[in-house]
Amino acid sequence: MSGSHDHEHGHEDHHDHEHGSELSEMQLRVRALETILTEKGYVDPAALDSIIETYETKIGPHIGAQVVARAWVDADFKTALIADASKAIARLGLQQKVGDHLIAVENTPATHNMIVCTLCSCYPWDLLGLPPAWYKSTPYRARTVKEPRKVLADFGVTLPDETKVRVWDSTAETRFIVLPMRPAATEGWSEEKLASLVTRDSMIGTGFPKAANEVAA
Amino acid sequence: MNGVHDMGGMDGFGKVAPDLHEVPFHADWQARSFALNRVMGSAGEWNIDVGRYWIETLPPAVYLSSSYYRKWFLRLERLCLDRGLVSEAELASGHSNEPGRPLKRMPLSGPQAGVAVSRPNHDQPPPAPALFEVGQKVRARNIHPRSHTRLPRFARGRLGTIERIQGCHTFPDAVVESGVVRGEWLYTVVFDSRELWGPDAEDGATVSIEAFEPYLEPAR
Repeated sequence: MSGSHDHEHGHEDHHDHEHGSELSEMQLRVRALETILTEKGYVDPAALDSIIETYETKIGPHIGAQVVARAWVDADFKTALIADASKAIARLGLQQKVGDHLIAVENTPATHNMIVCTLCSCYPWDLLGLPPAWYKSTPYRARTVKEPRKVLADFGVTLPDETKVRVWDSTAETRFIVLPMRPAATEGWSEEKLASLVTRDSMIGTGFPKAANEVAA
Repeated sequence: MNGVHDMGGMDGFGKVAPDLHEVPFHADWQARSFALNRVMGSAGEWNIDVGRYWIETLPPAVYLSSSYYRKWFLRLERLCLDRGLVSEAELASGHSNEPGRPLKRMPLSGPQAGVAVSRPNHDQPPPAPALFEVGQKVRARNIHPRSHTRLPRFARGRLGTIERIQGCHTFPDAVVESGVVRGEWLYTVVFDSRELWGPDAEDGATVSIEAFEPYLEPAR
């Protein structure tokens, strides 16, 4: 086993098989702490349910995709987004409020941007939801700053030799999102249709948007 | 602290494995643990920097072998014990033995709590004018604090360039070490990959970190 599976679901399953207990041990320990904190009046279980539901159903990469699509069709918005992403996005009036210190970095034929957090797993939750397991995994955190092209190869991504790679290590409370390049042959497309091309990975820098012919006409 | 959490540049962990089965949580306890951390984190008893430090101080073998949400849970359990919010006896029995104490702030509550969750602003008033300007060469200091720091090891002692001034933000090192919330200038500092990794670097790559002013010195 390797990578994300080792560190997320696979890991817990793995231990469960090996030691017969981690999965149930974690269930029991989390339940015990929740019970105690609730009995003491610190925690309202309705708040827990609401927070979980928000991250499972409301906050996700569709928010970032809307922002990217707008930047592709509206040059003034793109300029504002690059200058101050939090402020520019706040003016869009999205349903879910985004936090401060957001920074959008633009991919060009000359530069490809990648986002990582080597020290923990900082990630632009407000725009992309909770991070995928691989983003939090030891290999991604360890290798991206040293061998970004080899990490991209793990995603099946190859860049032209002349494209420089820029890695952003999220070591403070600034949060980064990649503005990928608009795919060819999408002239005249609606924002909504353009947003359907924007993949989560393209906003982290480990992938590209879908090509025009990958979505239904 | 020079912990295993500071893993930028380490080898031997294998390939990055994109997830075949993506869901926000892979078990119910992960979701509960996540939300418990969010609610208790809103009570003002510790801030995000202290929370990170209590993950970094997990034993290295536990850190490396635990999933993200297991680390979050272990952090919360230890912080609740340390701050006297729960006792060992209560954790063992799974029930509260006495009423809770007043918290510093009213934690998130109610069925709309998810909507109220948002990232706080980290701006602080500047202690002094910024020492560095965009384009200036700087060296990341060769420091190894025992307590919390956000200066990764791979950058220490290395020569970089100030690319952006991000404003003046809460300085994590001071919050954790002495409980003092104060601002320091925050910069984006970009390093050539060769400066970081020597001849083993990939061609044409640069790496930036977000560095607080005390992490940097003028390049001589």
